Amino acid sequence: MLINQPNLVLDSAPAAAESGNVTLHFLQGVAPEAVPAWLLPVAAAGVSVGVVIGMISVIAMLCVWLERKISGHIQCRYGPMYAGGWHGWAQTIADGVKLLMKEDMVPSGADRALFMMAPAIVLGAIFGAFVAMPLSPDFYFADINLGVFFILGMSSLTTIGVVMSGWASNSKWSLYGAMREAAQVVAYEIPLGISLMVALIVAGTFNLREASALQGDWFGMGWFVFKNPLFMIPASILFFISALAETKRAPFDLPEAESELVAGFLTEYSGIRWSFFFMEEYAAMYLMSLVASVFFFGGFQSPFTYLAIEQFGADSFIANLVGAVTLIVKSMFGICLMMWVRWTLPRVRIDQVMTMGYKYLTPLSLICVLGAAVWEAII
Amino acid sequence: MATNSAASNTFFPEPRILPGGEKEFMMDVATSDLEVSMGPQHPATHGVMKILLRADGEMVTAAQPHLGFLHRCAEKIGENVEWLQYLPYTDRYDYLAAMNNNLGYSMAVEEVLGVEIPKRAQLLRMICVELNRVASHLVAFGTYGLDLGAFTPFLYAFREREWLLMIFEKICGARLTYSYLRIGGVFNDAPPGWLQEVEHFCDVFEEKWKEYYNLLMVNKIFVGRTANVGVITPEQAKDFGLTGPMLRGSGVSFDLRREMPYMLYGQAFEDGAYEVPVGKGEMGQLGDCWDRIYVRVVEMMESIRLVRWCLGSIEEGPVIGDVGKTIKVPPGEAYVAIENPRGELGHYVLSDGGKGSSRCRVRGPSFCNLAILEDIMPGTLLADSVAIIGSTDVVIGETDR
Repeated sequence: MLINQPNLVLDSAPAAAESGNVTLHFLQGVAPEAVPAWLLPVAAAGVSVGVVIGMISVIAMLCVWLERKISGHIQCRYGPMYAGGWHGWAQTIADGVKLLMKEDMVPSGADRALFMMAPAIVLGAIFGAFVAMPLSPDFYFADINLGVFFILGMSSLTTIGVVMSGWASNSKWSLYGAMREAAQVVAYEIPLGISLMVALIVAGTFNLREASALQGDWFGMGWFVFKNPLFMIPASILFFISALAETKRAPFDLPEAESELVAGFLTEYSGIRWSFFFMEEYAAMYLMSLVASVFFFGGFQSPFTYLAIEQFGADSFIANLVGAVTLIVKSMFGICLMMWVRWTLPRVRIDQVMTMGYKYLTPLSLICVLGAAVWEAII
Repeated sequence: MATNSAASNTFFPEPRILPGGEKEFMMDVATSDLEVSMGPQHPATHGVMKILLRADGEMVTAAQPHLGFLHRCAEKIGENVEWLQYLPYTDRYDYLAAMNNNLGYSMAVEEVLGVEIPKRAQLLRMICVELNRVASHLVAFGTYGLDLGAFTPFLYAFREREWLLMIFEKICGARLTYSYLRIGGVFNDAPPGWLQEVEHFCDVFEEKWKEYYNLLMVNKIFVGRTANVGVITPEQAKDFGLTGPMLRGSGVSFDLRREMPYMLYGQAFEDGAYEVPVGKGEMGQLGDCWDRIYVRVVEMMESIRLVRWCLGSIEEGPVIGDVGKTIKVPPGEAYVAIENPRGELGHYVLSDGGKGSSRCRVRGPSFCNLAILEDIMPGTLLADSVAIIGSTDVVIGETDR
């Protein structure tokens, strides 16, 4: 079994043996003795949260800009070109400032508390999911053994926020959007989880850091898709389709469906609360791409990471940096793929979404699980 | 005790005993229908139309179009202005096909006037009208993709339409409200090089058209969304007096350009310059949304062929007939129907010999085509209702006038 194979990274990285927060270790190393012991975990938690929120916000902003540029170039136009100078790089920042300045509208007749809480829940859940996501062997926030479950659970929590927003908005369009979201997520969580189970069978671990580390052989190309191509490639496609539905991206953007439901659950939102939902969408895309990268496409392993580990050692700063950049580049590739699909395909209908989820994706992913299990037992 | 409370509770009635001895519990929950007002501000109603939907969840159980939000009294204005002054108002009702409206009104007045139109004017009219038909169908095609959630074909369609609008701008100075086709002919001769540019456009468009067809029309999701949706049977289409692509989508081959030839359309048809495409139920049932949009897409190509025929037979000559500076129309009346991109556009004018018409009425195709919505929308999903509205290719300016 793969889990028993000698592994370069795990064996050579002493940090991997410890569990806990990297920031805490770092702070324990540098803190003067006068600092009370209880303050260190609190400070570490604060720093970690700041880093997660900062990183995800920056990447979400980058994705928004990228989406506008990609859609522009697909559609024979330029996209933003003015704000900030170079290819309108500051467009998202300018939009964000504008959204901050806007009036915080709550429609009359809305359930005020729920209405205002929904964006916070959505954004908090998706940021929380990132806690379990390692970026490189030594750069992680929480080394959770059941990391996959934590991520899937947290990303499902966003649905609660969406349903809340739809119910609280006191608008029929919002309610339609929320109900569609609920139905769609229930239908697609199943194939999403099951296709991920194929990868888990191959990986033999729920821990994302370990799963990434396991793919370092074959000159950094020992990715799980290559280790079990017969079932992992279909599983990765199933995962991609389910992830599109999970993140409400076209062709499964039925909860928003601007030509049908005006703006779905977002209809009554404006200003910064609306931008929270917007940011959540991009953060969710990034999260799903990261999960796909880790469990299907090698995580932070690539020939570059392999060379960096060979050259500088697995726990060196450079190897970690190369690993983190590799993972982000891979996930960006996934995000670009999602954008490409969005700007090409029409939207599917709700019954077609359900049919696809329950009748095709779920059985197919189950077949993949069965096949992968047999494959692993034989080889 | 338990049975008593169950019996008294309407939500949990006594279980029914199935033939196998199994108990079947049924909750007697009445779900009430939702009344959804789709519009007047809604992205899918193509303007300020309101459709009152009664929906059981996602299922539409009744639909009723409400018109009149854009009523501007165009017909009444026609009775208060002079003959030529009404021409700019015709631009404004079907703003996507203003050339066709100009033509319909001009031909109605010309019929009362009895004036002869020079051949060059007729051919310039035909070129403009057909190019305008292409522009209008491009909007129909693009916005239909938009209704179904495909953004990109919309911008591709608008790229070509933009070129067409530039071509129109070159010949008459306006991009949308042309007033180019006048009573008696056309306003001005084509500028030098204009006909060559039109020919170049035709060459490029033929290539692009294949792209559109492959990008949207045969897309699996698009076919899944439009095939077997909003089926109008040929009998139903005739009963409701549908015209244009709505009628031809149901397989009824009827086109005013061929049935009641005006200008040089009869000659062009004899020369094989165009055909009348009809829906064949290729992807699903005959008369579904796919067939209607298919007819429009194929018609674009037929119009390009027609433009080429006109370019081939154009000759030098005057571009306006002998109508004089102030048009004096003898007493009389006329109803002239032409084939607008949306169907039969009829103009009725009555002259009492005065400065303007004493009666001016318009038979708008999208207004008449909308009536069928009430019949075909019930029983479809909410998303389908958007597809059906889009497939009628309604222009609100023309339904309300």
